[in-house]
Amino acid sequence: MPRIKTPAELEEFRKAILSKRDPKRPCIAVCTGTGCLALGAARVVTAFKEEIKKKALGTRVDVVDIRETGCPGFCERGPIVVIYPEEICYLQVQPADAEEIVSQTVLAKKILDRLLYVDPTTGERVVHESEIPFYKNQMRHLIGNNIKIDPKSIEDYLAVGGYSALAKALGQMTPEQVVEMVKESNLRGRGGAGFPAGKKWEFARKSPGNPKYVVVNADEGDPGAFMDRAVLEGNPFSVLEGLTIGAYAIGSHEGYFYVRQEYPLAVENVTLAIKQAEEYGFLGKNILGSGFDFTVKVHRGAGAFVCGEETSLLSSLEGKPGEPRARPPYPAVKGLREKPTNINNVETWANVPLIVTNGPEFLTSIGTKGSTGTKIFSLVGKVNNTGLVEVPMGITLRDIIYKVGGGISKGKKFKAVQTGGPSGGCIPEQHLDIKVDFDELKKVGAIMGSGGMIVMDEDTCMIDVAKYFLNFLTGESCGKCTPCREGIRQMLKILTNISGGKGKEGDIELLEELAQTTRDASLCALGGSAPNPVLSTIRYFRDEYEAHIKERRCPAYVCKDLISYTIDPDKCQACMICLRKCPAQAITGAKKQIHVIDQEKCTKCGTCFEVCPPRFAAVKRLSGVPVPPPIPEEARMIVRESKQK
Amino acid sequence: MDNGKIDSIIDKYPNDPSSLIQVLLDIQHENRWLPEEALKRVSERLNVPLNRIQHIITFYKAFSVVPKGRHEIHVCTGTACHVRGAPRLLSTVQDLIGIKPGETDQDLKFSLETVNCVGCCALGPVMVVDGEYHGNMAPAKSEEVLKKYE
Repeated sequence: MPRIKTPAELEEFRKAILSKRDPKRPCIAVCTGTGCLALGAARVVTAFKEEIKKKALGTRVDVVDIRETGCPGFCERGPIVVIYPEEICYLQVQPADAEEIVSQTVLAKKILDRLLYVDPTTGERVVHESEIPFYKNQMRHLIGNNIKIDPKSIEDYLAVGGYSALAKALGQMTPEQVVEMVKESNLRGRGGAGFPAGKKWEFARKSPGNPKYVVVNADEGDPGAFMDRAVLEGNPFSVLEGLTIGAYAIGSHEGYFYVRQEYPLAVENVTLAIKQAEEYGFLGKNILGSGFDFTVKVHRGAGAFVCGEETSLLSSLEGKPGEPRARPPYPAVKGLREKPTNINNVETWANVPLIVTNGPEFLTSIGTKGSTGTKIFSLVGKVNNTGLVEVPMGITLRDIIYKVGGGISKGKKFKAVQTGGPSGGCIPEQHLDIKVDFDELKKVGAIMGSGGMIVMDEDTCMIDVAKYFLNFLTGESCGKCTPCREGIRQMLKILTNISGGKGKEGDIELLEELAQTTRDASLCALGGSAPNPVLSTIRYFRDEYEAHIKERRCPAYVCKDLISYTIDPDKCQACMICLRKCPAQAITGAKKQIHVIDQEKCTKCGTCFEVCPPRFAAVKRLSGVPVPPPIPEEARMIVRESKQK
Repeated sequence: MDNGKIDSIIDKYPNDPSSLIQVLLDIQHENRWLPEEALKRVSERLNVPLNRIQHIITFYKAFSVVPKGRHEIHVCTGTACHVRGAPRLLSTVQDLIGIKPGETDQDLKFSLETVNCVGCCALGPVMVVDGEYHGNMAPAKSEEVLKKYE
C-alpha cells in the first residue's frame, strides 16, 4: 500500500474501499473483546470459519465475511454475534450454534428465535441490536462502531469515515483553530478530574520549550472499570486519530500510549494500529502533505495504580518508579523529560475526531451546561445487564441502572451505587435522581471518575466496601508522602477492627478526622481523594457503622467475624448437598440425619448457604446473636411420614 | 536465560535508561521471573545502577525476583468481583493449594496472585489460570478447575 499523500487521495482511497465492499454481502461479526473471549468467543469464531469452509462458501459469489470485532458492551450476554446486512443480534452464541446460524440465518435468511434477546418484562423477542433496551437507551458515539469494524484493519476504520477529521484539521484549520474548537466544545477530561481539555491544550501550546509531547493515559487502574480497554481494543484508530490531531494543535511531534500490561489485547491492537497508520501515511513525516510530522510509541505500564496519576505516569515513562511530583509546575510546563507535555485519557482523545468533524456543537448539544457530550460507564456489580454503556451526560443514575442496566439482579433491593473508582463515593437510593455531571456528583460526595459504576444491593456491606477500597489504596499508595501512606493505613486499621467485631465508641469520629487530614495534606490526587469511600459511607450509612460497633452485627451478613451459619433442624431434609460441597468438611450428618455445622471448623465461606436448595432453605445466616446449640444426637433422625405407612 | 537472549530483548528498544521498564517486562514475560544475572546484564547494557533496578522491580507489581510455578493463578479482586464474592473464592483457592497471594508452592506447581481488575466484570468473580479466564467462579467450582492442571 503506497502512502496516502493528500486529503484528496484519502477521499479517493476511501471511495475505492467502499466500492469494493458490497453492503448486501453477508458478514458474521463476532465480538472478541476480553469479556466475550473469556466466554469462549475464540471457539465460536473457529466454528464459523470451519462451517464456512465446509460449505465451501468461500468459493461462491455470495461469500460470507467473518469479522472479529471489539466490545459492543453487552458482556453479560456474550459471546455476541451480529449478522449483517440484516443486523440480527444473537446472544450467548456457542460453537455448536455455528452450523445452524450459517445454514439458517446467513443462507436461508431465517431468524433463530432461541438466540435472540428476550425482553424480561414483555417476553418479546428482539431481533436487532438497536432495539434491545440495553442499547436503546444509550447514545453510542464512541463505542457504537466497535461491532462494525475489525480493530486490526485500518481499511475498516476508513470505511466508517476514519481519518476525515485529521484531513480536515491538517488541511483546513490552523492549530489555534483546532484548540479553539475543542475549547468551544467544552470537552472535559474523561480520566476523572474533568479539567477542560481545550484549556489544557492551550497551556501546552503556549508553554515555551521544545520538543513537546502528547500522551494517551490508558493506565486504567480503577478496579471494576474497563471503558478504556474496550475503546482501545475495539477502535484504537479513533484514539490515535484524536492524538494526532491534538499533537498538531499543540505543536508536538512525539506521542506515547501508556497502556497497562494487564490489557494484553489492547497493547496488541494499539501497536498494530500505529504500524498500519505509519504504512498508510497517517503517522510519520509530512502527514497528508501538510508538512506536519508525528510519531507514536507504546509504553506498557508494569502494574501500579498510582501511574494513572499524570505526574507518576510521566516518571514511569522515563523508566523510573511511578512516584508523583508536586504540582505546579504542571506537565503543560514541565512534563516528560522536563518538557511541555499534554496528557489526556483515552476517552478524551477519542472524542476529538468527532468534534473536529462535526463542530463543537456536536458536544454542546448533548448533556448539561457544565458537562457536554457522552460518557462511557462500566456498569457492573449487582445489576442485571452488566456491561459498557455510553450515555449522554445529564442522564439520571436511576435511568442508567434501571433503564439501561435492567435493574438489580435476582430481584434484590438496591442499596448504593459507587462511582469514580477507589477514590469515589457511594451514592444511596435517595440521590438516584441526580444528573450524571462532573459537578452534580461532587455535591453528593462522589466523583465522576473515569467511569466505573458499581451497583450494590442489600447483600453488600458498606463497611466491607470502604475497607476494600482502603485496602486497595494502601497497597497502591506509593509511600512518598506521609499523610497518604500513614493516613490510609490507620483508617484501614480502624475499619478492619470494626468489621472484625472490635470497633469501639469514637471510631467513626476518629475516621472522619483522619480522612480530613489525608485529604488536605496529600501530595497527589490518590491521597487527596482516598478518604472519599470512608466519608461517603459514613455520611449515608452511619447506621451500618453503628450496628457493627454497638451490636457487633453486620446487617448484610458479609463481615466474617460477625456472622455464623447454622442449619435449621426443622427445615433440613438431610439431602447431603451442603455436606458434600463444604470445602472445610465442617458439616456432619448422613442420609436421614439432620446436618449440623461444626462452628469451630466452619470457615464461613457461605458455600452451604448457596447450595442449600431454595425449597428447603435450611441454612441460615446469623449476625449479632449467639449461635443456638446443635440439636441433640437422638433428635437428628428424620422419620419420613410417607415411608412409615 | 542467557545473555544473548537478554541482548536481543534490549536491542528492540532505544539504548537508554527510559527503556528499563519495557525491557524488564519482556524478560519477566519470557522467563516468568527476573534472575539476578539477567538484572546485571540489563544494568550494564542500559547503564542503570542495580539499586535503581531493584527500586523499579519492587515498586511495580508485574515483576518477580523469585521463580514462579508452572501455573499462574490470578484471582481478580476488582470491585465488581469483590461484591460478587471474590474474597470467598480467594480464601477457598488458598485453602486448596495451600499458599497465599504472592507465594509459590514448594513443588513449583502453582503461583497465586491477586489482580486489581481484568476487565471482565460481567463474569465476576473471575479466576485466570495461565491466561485462561474462568468466569462466574463459585468457590465450590474452583476445585474442579484447578484439578485440570498438572
